[in-house]
Amino acid sequence: MEISKEHLLWMYEKMKMSRLFEERMQAAYMEGKQPVFNIGSGPVPGEMHLSNGQEPAAVGICVHLKKEDTVTAPHRPHHHAIAKNVDLNKMTAEIFGKKTGLGKGKGGHMHLFDPEVKFSCGGIVAAGIPHAVGAALAAKKKGKDWVAVSFIGEGAANAGAFHESLNLASLWHLPLIVVIEDNSWGISVPKSESTCVPSNDVRAAAYGIKGYLVKDNDPFEMYKVSKEAVERARKGGGPSIIEIETYRFLGHFQGDPELYRDKEEVPSLLKKDPINRVMNFMIEKNLSSKIDFEKIDARIAAEINNAYQFAMESELPHPEEALEDVFV
Amino acid sequence: METLTKTKKLTGSKAMTLAIEQEMERDDKIFIMGEDVGTYGGIFGSSTGLKEKFGSDRVMDTPISETAFIGAAIGAAAEGFRPIVELMFVDFHGVVMDQIYNHMAKITYMSGGNVKLPIVLTTAVGGGYSDAAQHSQTLYASFGHLPGLKVVAPTYPFDIKGLMAAAIRDDNPVVFMFHKTLQGLGWMDQIPASFGPVPEEEYTLPLNKAKVVQEGSDITIVGVQMMTVAAVKAAEILDGSAISAEIIDLISVKPIDKETIINSVKKTGRLLIVDEDYMSYGITAEVAAIVASEGFAALKAPICRLANPDVPIPYSRVLEQYVLPNSHKIAEAAKKVIYS
Repeated sequence: MEISKEHLLWMYEKMKMSRLFEERMQAAYMEGKQPVFNIGSGPVPGEMHLSNGQEPAAVGICVHLKKEDTVTAPHRPHHHAIAKNVDLNKMTAEIFGKKTGLGKGKGGHMHLFDPEVKFSCGGIVAAGIPHAVGAALAAKKKGKDWVAVSFIGEGAANAGAFHESLNLASLWHLPLIVVIEDNSWGISVPKSESTCVPSNDVRAAAYGIKGYLVKDNDPFEMYKVSKEAVERARKGGGPSIIEIETYRFLGHFQGDPELYRDKEEVPSLLKKDPINRVMNFMIEKNLSSKIDFEKIDARIAAEINNAYQFAMESELPHPEEALEDVFV
Repeated sequence: METLTKTKKLTGSKAMTLAIEQEMERDDKIFIMGEDVGTYGGIFGSSTGLKEKFGSDRVMDTPISETAFIGAAIGAAAEGFRPIVELMFVDFHGVVMDQIYNHMAKITYMSGGNVKLPIVLTTAVGGGYSDAAQHSQTLYASFGHLPGLKVVAPTYPFDIKGLMAAAIRDDNPVVFMFHKTLQGLGWMDQIPASFGPVPEEEYTLPLNKAKVVQEGSDITIVGVQMMTVAAVKAAEILDGSAISAEIIDLISVKPIDKETIINSVKKTGRLLIVDEDYMSYGITAEVAAIVASEGFAALKAPICRLANPDVPIPYSRVLEQYVLPNSHKIAEAAKKVIYS
């Protein structure tokens, strides 16, 4: 399958944006946490789960989505949010706990909601899958060709909500795609010690649906299988599972000592950076030049800079606003 | 206490793991299950070093399958084991509440006492570090509401160790809530209360007793975990206004030690209850109801309650600090009770 230049560039840009966003976030998060790390200190307190390395999972499928399609994401949500065109300024402001944020500072990094582009995420493992089932059900009831994509980690495939949701989605032929990002680790527990099958695509057989396995964090393969799954779902062909073997470049959360992980793992993963892979492919195929990419990178960097500027300059909420929005 | 001579200063986390270690040495029916309890040693240090000592057959990392492994604790307990099973954050109770509420809590009763379930369900509670609505709750009352569960929430390392040993030896399910900030972890707020003298040898403490942590004569302040710590600080502020506060650490959420609370109120005549959990239907309401119905005559002023004002825990620091009680809010509230 040929991937159009337009789509390749879109995937590159979103991956790069996610990466630059996360690198900046990594630095922002460490502000006020040095020399002594305290999870509650600094302008961005609380837990921080970054997705560096996992970008292909998000862009390879979101490139096939439209605004009306739903995305639910887990506790590590920034790459999905960016690929679903969540408002970058408001998202950044939310993570800084500002009044101008998506949730007026109430949600934070694990709880981002942008109904404009039908994006949500949450901090409870596997909990987003049934929400995506509901969105898929709504699309079917409305007679639309919209789909719902639920991103989860490989650890979530062992939660009851995963199995219940896929049975229901298959039973009702719902346009649901569950994307499993297998970054090999559920915090400190390796997949081999949490999951009874080597890859979760085989579990599709249990629900009578199609399962795909994308090896080695391949953005092109992710693009291809996602296209097939999304097109089938739009045509009423029911749900699919896509598992992608991806890379977690960083700890489970920032501050994770990662004593459980072989010191050689990350350097070997970094050599296979998926963003460079797309860029090099395009240069080799004479689709874009190095200069083109430099221009794109500069534009993205400026956009991210604006978002951080907006977030940092925005006002904090008034304390009493804590009492608002419990109900509409 | 005379026999407990050898003490060392330990964090909450070390006190907890020492108790588990001693109990596991004593009884090979005890084993641990949970997410990241093995190599990682528990995200909040509840099982540090135990896998190295006892091996992965007795300290078992699980998949993210709470219904399965917490449910499995019930089945294993019925077969004579004494599982310690961890729900990483209390906030995750939602995915497994059927196993806890309809099974763990009720099987002994439904079987007419013929099935015993010696389970310790450990779980991390508490906020104050911007972990937002799904990782910051205490939910003391949600568990305290259910018949069939003993629920303890100790504050200081000495109590943590003695109560953990008692919880393990108890033949009933005990929910052992440990507060993240009181574990004395290097990557969270450092507070003196999370570090204290603990006897090295084995001892147990009653699962149903509150403790007067500071005597006083003008007002009784009842707290749990971080709210006890805040109340002790508030007492210093009140001392400056010549107000003498008596502080009670509740320790046992279920059952509540009525006697210690009522005896204190008989002495002070005033009561302030402070809770990090939500206000409605919570510990503050329960303690107020106990004193209103069984200690009313002693009251010189209306009972006062401080708790989360029934909103999910917000992320932004300014918002979270607004909803959480602290020492200043406690001191202010105590003054109102005294001067109104």
